[in-house]
Amino acid sequence: MPRPMRNPGGVPEKSKDFAGSLKRLFLNLNKWRYLLIISIVLAITSAILALAAPNKLSDLTDIITDGLKPNISENVIKDIMNDKNISVEDKQELNKLIISISNQKEIDKDLLLKEVDSLPKSIYEVIKPKIDMAKVKKIALLLTIIYIVSALFSYIESVLMTITSNNFAKKLRTSISKKINKLPLKYFDTHETGDILSRVTNDVDTIAQNMNQSLATLVTSITLLLGSVLMMFITNWIMAITAIISSILGFGIMGLILKKSQKYFEQRQIELGNLNGYIEEIYSGHNVVCAYNGIKEANVEFSNLNEKLYNCNKKSQFYSGVMQPIMSFVGNLGYVAVCVVGALLTSNGIISFGVIVAFMIYVRLFTNPLTQIAQAMTNLQSTAAASERVFEFLDEKEMTNENKLTGKLEKEKVKGKIEFKNVKFGYDENRIIIKDFSVKVKPGQKVAIVGPTGAGKTTLVNLLMKFYEINSGDILIDDVSIKDLKRENIHDLFVMVLQDTWLFDGTIKENIVFNKKNVTDEEIENACITVGIDHFIKTLPGGINSHVNNNDTISGGQKQLLTIARGMIENAPFLILDEATSNVDTRTEELVQKAMDKLTVGKTSFIIAHRLSTIKNADLILVMNEGNIIEQGTHAHLMKQNGFYADLYNSQFKKNA
Amino acid sequence: MFKILKNFSKKDLLLILTCTILITLQVYLDLKIPDYMSSITTLIQSETSKIHEILIKGGYMLLCAFGSLLSAIIVSYFSSKLSADFSYNLREKIFKKVLKFSNAEINKFNVSSLITRTTNDITQLEMFIAMGLQMLIKAPIMAVWAITKIIDKSIEWSILTGIGVLILLLTIGILLIIVMPRFERVQKLIDKINGVTGENLSGIRVVRAFNAEKFLENRFESANNDLTKNQLFNQKCFAILNPIMNIVMHFLTLSIYFVGAFLIEEAGLSLKITLFSNIVVFSSYGMQVIASFLMLAMIFMIWPRANVSAKRINEVLDEKISITDGLLTGEDSTSIGTVEFKNVSFKYPDADEYLLKNISFKVEKGQTIAFIGSTGSGKSTLINLVPRFYDVTDGEILVDGINIKDYKLEELHNKIGYVPQKAVMFTGTIKSNVSYGDNGKNKPDIETIKKAIDIAQGTEFVEKMENKYDSHIARGGTNVSGGQKQRLAIARAIARNPEIYIFDDSFSALDYKTDLNLRKELKKYTNDATNMIVAQRIGTIIHADIIVVLDKGECIGIGTHKELMKKCKVYKEIALSQLSKEELVNA
Repeated sequence: MPRPMRNPGGVPEKSKDFAGSLKRLFLNLNKWRYLLIISIVLAITSAILALAAPNKLSDLTDIITDGLKPNISENVIKDIMNDKNISVEDKQELNKLIISISNQKEIDKDLLLKEVDSLPKSIYEVIKPKIDMAKVKKIALLLTIIYIVSALFSYIESVLMTITSNNFAKKLRTSISKKINKLPLKYFDTHETGDILSRVTNDVDTIAQNMNQSLATLVTSITLLLGSVLMMFITNWIMAITAIISSILGFGIMGLILKKSQKYFEQRQIELGNLNGYIEEIYSGHNVVCAYNGIKEANVEFSNLNEKLYNCNKKSQFYSGVMQPIMSFVGNLGYVAVCVVGALLTSNGIISFGVIVAFMIYVRLFTNPLTQIAQAMTNLQSTAAASERVFEFLDEKEMTNENKLTGKLEKEKVKGKIEFKNVKFGYDENRIIIKDFSVKVKPGQKVAIVGPTGAGKTTLVNLLMKFYEINSGDILIDDVSIKDLKRENIHDLFVMVLQDTWLFDGTIKENIVFNKKNVTDEEIENACITVGIDHFIKTLPGGINSHVNNNDTISGGQKQLLTIARGMIENAPFLILDEATSNVDTRTEELVQKAMDKLTVGKTSFIIAHRLSTIKNADLILVMNEGNIIEQGTHAHLMKQNGFYADLYNSQFKKNA
Repeated sequence: MFKILKNFSKKDLLLILTCTILITLQVYLDLKIPDYMSSITTLIQSETSKIHEILIKGGYMLLCAFGSLLSAIIVSYFSSKLSADFSYNLREKIFKKVLKFSNAEINKFNVSSLITRTTNDITQLEMFIAMGLQMLIKAPIMAVWAITKIIDKSIEWSILTGIGVLILLLTIGILLIIVMPRFERVQKLIDKINGVTGENLSGIRVVRAFNAEKFLENRFESANNDLTKNQLFNQKCFAILNPIMNIVMHFLTLSIYFVGAFLIEEAGLSLKITLFSNIVVFSSYGMQVIASFLMLAMIFMIWPRANVSAKRINEVLDEKISITDGLLTGEDSTSIGTVEFKNVSFKYPDADEYLLKNISFKVEKGQTIAFIGSTGSGKSTLINLVPRFYDVTDGEILVDGINIKDYKLEELHNKIGYVPQKAVMFTGTIKSNVSYGDNGKNKPDIETIKKAIDIAQGTEFVEKMENKYDSHIARGGTNVSGGQKQRLAIARAIARNPEIYIFDDSFSALDYKTDLNLRKELKKYTNDATNMIVAQRIGTIIHADIIVVLDKGECIGIGTHKELMKKCKVYKEIALSQLSKEELVNA
């Protein structure tokens, strides 16, 4: 089955109650709170370390720049002149240079430096600028430690978050899976399977992924943002304001574009949904489309939808493509602003060059978290929307709690009496389907329920199985009201085989055994022989251990036989066959029926059937129409009555015209 | 992948060329920026320089940045047009192709796979082109250019940058090798979770009736555990990527400064300042080199997925269509309304076993032919050969005396009103569903539609609906019941007014009475049409002019009910399993 797609383009969905959903999400994380706290602390520490680094780097730069200029002060020259270790010739060279400098009005710096370079070694060694290499090494070592520790922390932090978020996702999935079995059947009548599936996979995925990424990002980013602002102000407030203003300006523009693009993203999702829906419809109905020459029509409609998608696609693609360049432009803008203002300040001697280097990094540290916070916020939006859907499902009203019910019927001791007493029921309050239904069934009777589609046959069975709660009246099993019995107890008493041939992904054997324990191979084989599927199973390459799934290796009829075999394994006093043989051809049905009859000896059984041939030998035939029994009796009796049943029966072989 | 890229038109290629030029310009401008940064640092360093010089350089730098932004915007415009065009065209192509498929091809791929190929796979490719194309052009240009800019400046720094790139690529490579196969497993496990949940939902009544809730929860839990375990492993592996990236970048900067300090210390005075400004430039070019390699790595990361999608799409586009159109319109046919099978055999292209063997019969205009047999006897397959959902393997089928392979498909379909086993509804209204398609004549008017629905015994429920004939039909017809859908599907065939009706077990969803009334009315209305009916109930076919009994693909009996009761054992068995002897005699 194709995986339901909800939000492939990554467009944030609007949540109804953003803060409320997130709060609830965090409350649910209580179990992992220590892991969470540790990772948050680690994230903050790692961010602070990242902030400390530029400062150190700026110190490093200052040390290097200090070692750029030769120290030619008067004192140094005096020292050289007085130094006895330096030869006279060398001193004269220096003198010459000093004189030539003082004679020049405009000093060519490059030339001067070259001349200094060519000074005798003895003097050059003294004048030459020196970098404090010991300090350089010390800072480098410190930075190395900072970088490694910061990386280590951020690694540990993300591992912890991964553990938290994945286990949380697992817990959510389990809760949803358990919830499915606690909901009344009514819920599934009004909700689509695809929607529930999407909650189990897509929504939980969204929550886990965003939690994994966004939470740490958010913490780190906010720390970095606050920290870098603080550090900038500490270092130099003028530069700080420059950096912040220029970045904010850029982000303002970006925000405007983002807002404008939002609607195209939303539109794109809608168009994509429409198109995918149309494709699904046409592909599934391919035969009809072909046979009715609907291809041209389909092509026109498809092109129309495709065109709409194309327009949104182009625009949304463009806007998302433009974001990155704008961000880097904003980064450059901040850089230039910092440089220019920084240069102004250095030339006035207010700050050192190292401060500029530090700011170049601060600007980056400041702009990156801004974009990341924006990203994390949109992620949180979709997290909130996703968790809303998950919680909404988990909050659905469950079936009534039955722990207090004391009634219990032992499987072995049940006699097999069933009574419907003035039962009234409707799937929704305003549409009553079963109006006033009463019938008494004696132990061991074979009861057939017939009637046109929508007469309420299946509903009756649903009520008997306590799948739905009756509005008024009562149903008694062995004189015990089902209201006093636990659902589990009731289900235990019934074998039920349904029209829909439900098999799960597993082997044939697993499907027959299902959840029943201690089933011998002999029992399985007997059941297969009884329903006449043993031969077919033997022809399969893997025999009884062949894999079944809902593809074509096994036909609908054979699947139905397997489900009947499953029912046969289960030994219970009551039997319900709800159109159980409608997918089997009549010859096979007859065989199965005979086997069933053997099995139902002494058991009370209910058989719903379309084909009247199946039920002719029933002890009691209930003819239903519009929620009521309109006739009841044996086949012969009903035929004699010449009423609804006789009419229904005879319509099988009336001449067409 | 490359094959699918051939779907670009000449105009697209021109656009790509323009993009390449613009991206080159962008790279040029981007790489110019560190030059200006370097001259700005030099300016700041030398005390003699004036502020306005810095302003000028800063201005140039911003100009470069702005130029790069501008060209990036244009490139983004072109590439979004390119990717949108690409996906639009591809979608059109694949949709049109699939509509030409016969059942053989559709079954080969299966419908849900074809749907994902037309939707998800194309979206996947579109994203790859939108993101990948730009990166694919930009990364190599940038890498090469940035490298040439720094390689001659300092061997030591170049080596450092090289080491950085190497570490990053190694990390990503190792991660991909370890994690990629697990990604596929995660995908499968997600499908499994979906599958198990789907099973629980679709079998909810069975599950409850058997008290098997725990059983299913355990199945789910084991899939859930598997998924969580694999996800945890993958994500833990990937958690290492970010710290390593950060470490590499930071260490590159640090080591450039550190090594730089030694180089400056060694160098002569005149070189010191140049060297220093080189540090600044280099650390920024080094970043560019690393960034471009990261970009390439990104492409490698999204490549496999896109490649798989491309392969899947190509499979559809390359599939040979087995049903070819003929030329004849059948206008001048003399034997209107006849269908004849001449020694028809059929098997699936790759199968060993024949599904139908040597079937021959002929129906005349106005006659009804019925097919009966047990599950898997080949009834539906046989009837599906007439509208050419499949082509016969041997033998031939004649409609109106002409081989159906010689007809234009459209003309053949104009003669046929086909009702499938499972009714198909389209989003729209009752009216649009009944008047669906094209029969070479005008669309049926409202009177015809009403009449058709009436014959199909649908008037009662349609009239009860809020907007009657204009009532909305939801996607998949979920707002009408199975029996109602079936009746509308039958009405659709009637409204078409065809020469030949094909009912593929279309009456089973109806109760006996509706079934009978429907067929009675239909007979009245379509007196001279030919009917081909597949059925399970004897009652439905008992009065057919010809009954064909099929067993394991072979025709084991042909004749009227009375004849078959005498001479065909299987038919007799089927009949007796449904009706008693007396009833059969009375019929």
